[in-house]
Amino acid sequence: MLTSLLPEFTVDRSEDRCIQCRVCERQCSFDVFGYDGENNVMVHREENCVACQRCSVLCPTNALVIRENQYTYRPNANWTREYIQDLKKQAETGGVLLTGMGCDKPHKIYWDHILINASQVTNPSIDPLREPMELRTHLGRKPDQLEMVDGKLVLPDYPNVEISTPIMFGAMSYGAISYNSFRCLARAAFEYGTMFNTGEGGWPMELRKYGKSTIVQCASGRFGLDLEYFNDAAVVEIKIGQGAKPGIGGHLPGEKVSEHISQTRMIPEGSDAISPAPHHDIYSIEDLHMLIHAIKEAVDYQKPVSVKISAVHNAPAIASGMVRAGADIIVLDGLRGGTGAAPKILRDNVGIPIELALAAVDTRLRNEGIRNWASLVVSGGIRNSADIFKAIALGADAVYIGTPALMALGCTVCQKCYTGKCAWGITTQDPYLTKRVNPEIGTQNLKNLLRAWSLEIKELLGCGGINSIESLRGNRLQLRGIGLESWELEALGIRGAGQ
Amino acid sequence: MKTSSAVKKTRSTSSSRSGKQRSGAHWIKLDAQGVYYKDLNRQIRSLALQGDRRFEIHNVFGQRYLGTNLWGIEGRDRIVIRVYGTPGSDMGAFMDGPRIEVFGNAQDATGNTMNCGQIAIHGSAGDVLGYGMRGGEIYVRDNVGYRVGIHMKEYRDKIPTVVIGGTMQDFFGEYMAGGRIIVLNKFFADNPPVRRSYFIGTGMHGGNIYVRGDVDLHQIGAEVGIASPTDAEWKIIEKYVHNFCKVFGLEENKAKLLKRHKFTRLYAKSSRPYGRLYAY
Repeated sequence: MLTSLLPEFTVDRSEDRCIQCRVCERQCSFDVFGYDGENNVMVHREENCVACQRCSVLCPTNALVIRENQYTYRPNANWTREYIQDLKKQAETGGVLLTGMGCDKPHKIYWDHILINASQVTNPSIDPLREPMELRTHLGRKPDQLEMVDGKLVLPDYPNVEISTPIMFGAMSYGAISYNSFRCLARAAFEYGTMFNTGEGGWPMELRKYGKSTIVQCASGRFGLDLEYFNDAAVVEIKIGQGAKPGIGGHLPGEKVSEHISQTRMIPEGSDAISPAPHHDIYSIEDLHMLIHAIKEAVDYQKPVSVKISAVHNAPAIASGMVRAGADIIVLDGLRGGTGAAPKILRDNVGIPIELALAAVDTRLRNEGIRNWASLVVSGGIRNSADIFKAIALGADAVYIGTPALMALGCTVCQKCYTGKCAWGITTQDPYLTKRVNPEIGTQNLKNLLRAWSLEIKELLGCGGINSIESLRGNRLQLRGIGLESWELEALGIRGAGQ
Repeated sequence: MKTSSAVKKTRSTSSSRSGKQRSGAHWIKLDAQGVYYKDLNRQIRSLALQGDRRFEIHNVFGQRYLGTNLWGIEGRDRIVIRVYGTPGSDMGAFMDGPRIEVFGNAQDATGNTMNCGQIAIHGSAGDVLGYGMRGGEIYVRDNVGYRVGIHMKEYRDKIPTVVIGGTMQDFFGEYMAGGRIIVLNKFFADNPPVRRSYFIGTGMHGGNIYVRGDVDLHQIGAEVGIASPTDAEWKIIEKYVHNFCKVFGLEENKAKLLKRHKFTRLYAKSSRPYGRLYAY
């Protein structure tokens, strides 16, 4: 089809260096490269390039540089290149624009406007290499008060789960990501003593051995979900919303429903896996209460039940309702939360940044005296250990990471997950591509990431004179804002730098 | 509802052999008067763990989640629960094997995401019956409420089946991905005027709905086709209508209900209804 779209990226090949080994051609799953045997040169279809950098990384002679195409329409602050290109694509197809990963728009990133405190003189800092530093976190409802009977502590009946570091892998379903990637997440979480989340695409039987590190999801599609699935897991999470696409469901296209995925989701091979926008048994907080307790009955009250929503304008009131409805863990997924596929217009425009939602929800629950009824997990826009530190100081118990985990497996955030052609073998079901994620190396890289970030969090704690993550939780005095207006400082519940 | 510490229990025969695994042949009678659902369900669970398989629960008054908390019990597919009164919502939610018979009406979300087993309701049921159901059978003697059969699905030999003796309401079978629902409209003698329910099968991409009576185009979602049952389907309809009549003792109505030309089949026109929605 004739298209009026310009290529987004350009392939610069150094002909001096190129040895026509055709690695780029084999590695590219977007069909950018071809070989002209007559002239012994590589040819390019640049319009297909997504800048995933698979070719340039694997080129043995470093002959390839992928760069942003420098073409320009007449400069226009209103009609940017992106909007012109998007519009033309829609005029040609009449479809909803899809995208992958989290929002890439320059909405204010509050993490970058928050600075962390350190101890000087009056309160000694602590060296985490020398002294014990506690990152262990317990998720689930906590008692209102401690009770002693005959000098003994009476432990409450609330199920809690323990994680060795406040970092968990967020929900990414088998189907959205490849089997190898899914398996790496499961194993790394298990071996590191934290949790991974199955998403709503079911949970292959052979991975049930990682049950104590598994959070299973109950979403509106109810795929692959039965009593065994609940009871094999450590936590059951009801997914109401997702930061990248608040308020809408999901469609896993039929061509991705392979035999194994069909087994895991318990739906026929090749049929669309459609998750309706709402759970049709949840139209109110009272209905949510009903499903939470149905799940608690299903697991005989032995496991915490989590409820995940996307961070929206009214999140504090909703969160209060969720906690009162019996959620033991509540999850907020922010504006920049990732996705395997979402309409671009929703991803980039709906929801609020996680920093603001987190602070508002924590404040609300504290003011209502019910903060201890549920743990608070946040996700959507965590990029490094400082973001995690700041999130916990703002009131979170733990974080979910999705995009960072995929990056540890090779992802370069090219945002083409929805095409199912991921050249790094992560968000694809094509067996030629999926084997690019080596289960051993992938698992090790994920564990490395958890270790590195945990060490950094310990350093950050130590420099502030704190030796336990519990003492940081909701400790907003550790934070100061910079370059923020007074309403933003107020929303975050922190002072400005210098105050 | 106030919490009661214990559930009153009587055994229908005196030959209780405590201490040993029981055969489950006895009918265990429980009185649910004023008992919190959690306590009632736990009581059933603990008796089932000891080997009891047959339960008669009297004075049921809004207790939820009957039949849900039975995971891990060997032979739970032999468990039978007879409910006298009005059970609460989510009866049989996630249920995996047991059979529940209700002598009365049921509330909302009956058989929610049910996997296996059977529910029979000698009366009407509320909204959202059979949501996300993947297996088992539900028989409702009378009518059902709104949003029934949403996102029912099937997988291999697991084909959930719902038979409704009376009428349905709006949003019936939305997003249906598999399974079958039979609506008999049985209170209307020979030419049943289908209750004007709307938005039937919106987003449907699998499964079948069989309605005794005519369904107009304006009642159904854009993704739904109208046809007559095939020969193979008619055999299935006959089988389940037969079961329906047997369960509720309505055998004399069978001939009247089973007139093939009266039946309309609603089916998913495509298993990929939203395939062309997106720009890649």
